[in-house]
Amino acid sequence: MDIDRSVAALSEVLFTLAVFAVGVAILEGVLYLVLVRWLKARLALPILLIAPALLGLLALIVYPLVWELNVSFTNMSLNRLCDPGFPAGLLATCKDQPMFLGLDNYINVFTRPVLQVAGFFQVFWQTIIWTVVNVSFHVGLGLGLALLLNRRMRLKGVYRALIVLPWAIPQIVSLAVWRTELNAEFGMVNQLLALVGIGGPSWMTDPFWNFFAMIMVNVWLGVPFMMVLLLGGLQSIPGDLYEAAEIDGASSRQSFRHITLPLLRPVLVPSVILGTVWTFNNFNVPFVINQLELETSDTLVTGLFRAAFQYNRYGFAGAYAFVVFAVLLVFVIVYVRRSGALRGAHE
Amino acid sequence: MTSTTVPTPVQAAAVRESRLATSKGGRADSPLKRAIIHAALFLAALIAIVPVLRVFSVSLRPNNQLLSRDLNVIPEGATLASYGHVLFETDFPQWMFNSLLITVGTSLVGLIFAATSAYGFSRFKFPGRGVGLTALLATQLIPATMLLVPILILAIQLDLVGTYRGLVIAYSVTSVPFSIWILKGYYDTVPIELEEAARIDGCSQLEAFVRVLLPLSTPALAIVFLFNFLAAWNEFVLARVLIGSQADLFTWPLGILRFQAQFQTQWGDLAAASVLVSIPIVALFLYSSKWLINGVTLGGVKG
Repeated sequence: MDIDRSVAALSEVLFTLAVFAVGVAILEGVLYLVLVRWLKARLALPILLIAPALLGLLALIVYPLVWELNVSFTNMSLNRLCDPGFPAGLLATCKDQPMFLGLDNYINVFTRPVLQVAGFFQVFWQTIIWTVVNVSFHVGLGLGLALLLNRRMRLKGVYRALIVLPWAIPQIVSLAVWRTELNAEFGMVNQLLALVGIGGPSWMTDPFWNFFAMIMVNVWLGVPFMMVLLLGGLQSIPGDLYEAAEIDGASSRQSFRHITLPLLRPVLVPSVILGTVWTFNNFNVPFVINQLELETSDTLVTGLFRAAFQYNRYGFAGAYAFVVFAVLLVFVIVYVRRSGALRGAHE
Repeated sequence: MTSTTVPTPVQAAAVRESRLATSKGGRADSPLKRAIIHAALFLAALIAIVPVLRVFSVSLRPNNQLLSRDLNVIPEGATLASYGHVLFETDFPQWMFNSLLITVGTSLVGLIFAATSAYGFSRFKFPGRGVGLTALLATQLIPATMLLVPILILAIQLDLVGTYRGLVIAYSVTSVPFSIWILKGYYDTVPIELEEAARIDGCSQLEAFVRVLLPLSTPALAIVFLFNFLAAWNEFVLARVLIGSQADLFTWPLGILRFQAQFQTQWGDLAAASVLVSIPIVALFLYSSKWLINGVTLGGVKG
């Protein structure tokens, strides 16, 4: 470890935090003078409380989104790295060509290959399969393990601690290790398969097995979290209900269907929403396992990264990004409406 | 036999044993069922830990056997050489230091932003409040890669690429929406009467927040800090774009992937570094997983 480098890093971080503090102090001071002293506004306090976070979110989320939307109507790329200006490059030219493209990028997302060969719908279906298979396994296996663990038994704590490990280990570590273990020649996976007499596939070059490997690794990563979440839900169901059902002669399948499932819904529904959004948006797993090699293993978000940082078509990537975001937004709105998951969340 | 009011020790032991083997509140499990349950859980635990044991095993291998096909947990000629190499001859300690610095700083800033804003959302009714909360939730849908291009261009314009300044600003802000939801959910459960009592005793509203509500919210504040910490600690793609390729500026995820990817995997370095990075985080997780889960359901959505 280099002392000079460390001191430089320390002072840089501290300096940035100090700039933050001064900025917030000035903002609050100005707002205080304007709202409290001058306007005597009734809602001065909540504005003072929310202003710093609001400003930060405006600068780092809203402004980039608006910028991206603006660029999505232009032909901006690494070769045409000009400021498109506002609105939408209408007035700007780059290398003597107008930048404004209108809706061309949005049309191209659906009609031209978004990667080198793969078109939008291919990547879209890959993403749907990726999301549906993963979430099904996460919820199915997670619920199964949670049900098994939700009883008085020996070694319960040991099982729980061991099964939680894949969630606890930093994701990048697990992924770097899995990627190495999937090496066809030296990796553990194929060595274990060889022990039972199966010649393992070449995980990194065969499209089907590469996609399979991505899902396998993500299932390994995701089941523990879902299990812990659902176990918490199961434990909040009072045991008396099962006793009463048993006295009334209910079979264990009936108790599961009529007691466990309905009472688990408040945990299950948000878990499925969270799981779906996280899986759909998961960048790390496809990125590290596939390392942007096979287009057949790309999901919409890694495709987005490629469009922006491999092919450097910023205008096109912007349009593509908004299409991806719209897909997710539509899913969530439909699911939330149908399941009533957000009911009462605003009170 | 007449009913006994006082169970004999044998009966009591039998009752205890049957309770031990009972699914919660339900009927007793048969020995066969118990055996199957243990077998299933054992298998699941095995699948969970095999890759972990494997990495541990590789980290102990001597240099000339890194690519051997040995599957023993403790390899032949086990040595700590890989650890020594990673700790003293690579940038790994520097990466850990960089990560720790950035992560602690940004988690604190994010926590302060979120704690005050959540109070605004929890205790005041103002126009735009519902829209604001929904918008905060909607930001969670944005794929991380969507904002990379605009943030990178912005960072280039402000000359923040290859420094920590951009990263610190970004990390401090990106976790705020989720944190606000968790904290608002928690504040909502604290009776407002407590603050009103403090105000009758002469506190201003701000004082009531700082002196009454904040101390009562310590558990939620701890959860939010932990969430922010883990999010920033494990963040990878933004760091990759904003820090660039200068190795001694890396955070540890960039470094680990360099071990994995450069020319060919430096298997010993990768394994030893993985173990070193994971131990504190795993300990933290096992210690706090219960609260983390409460945090997710608290800040997520109420059914």
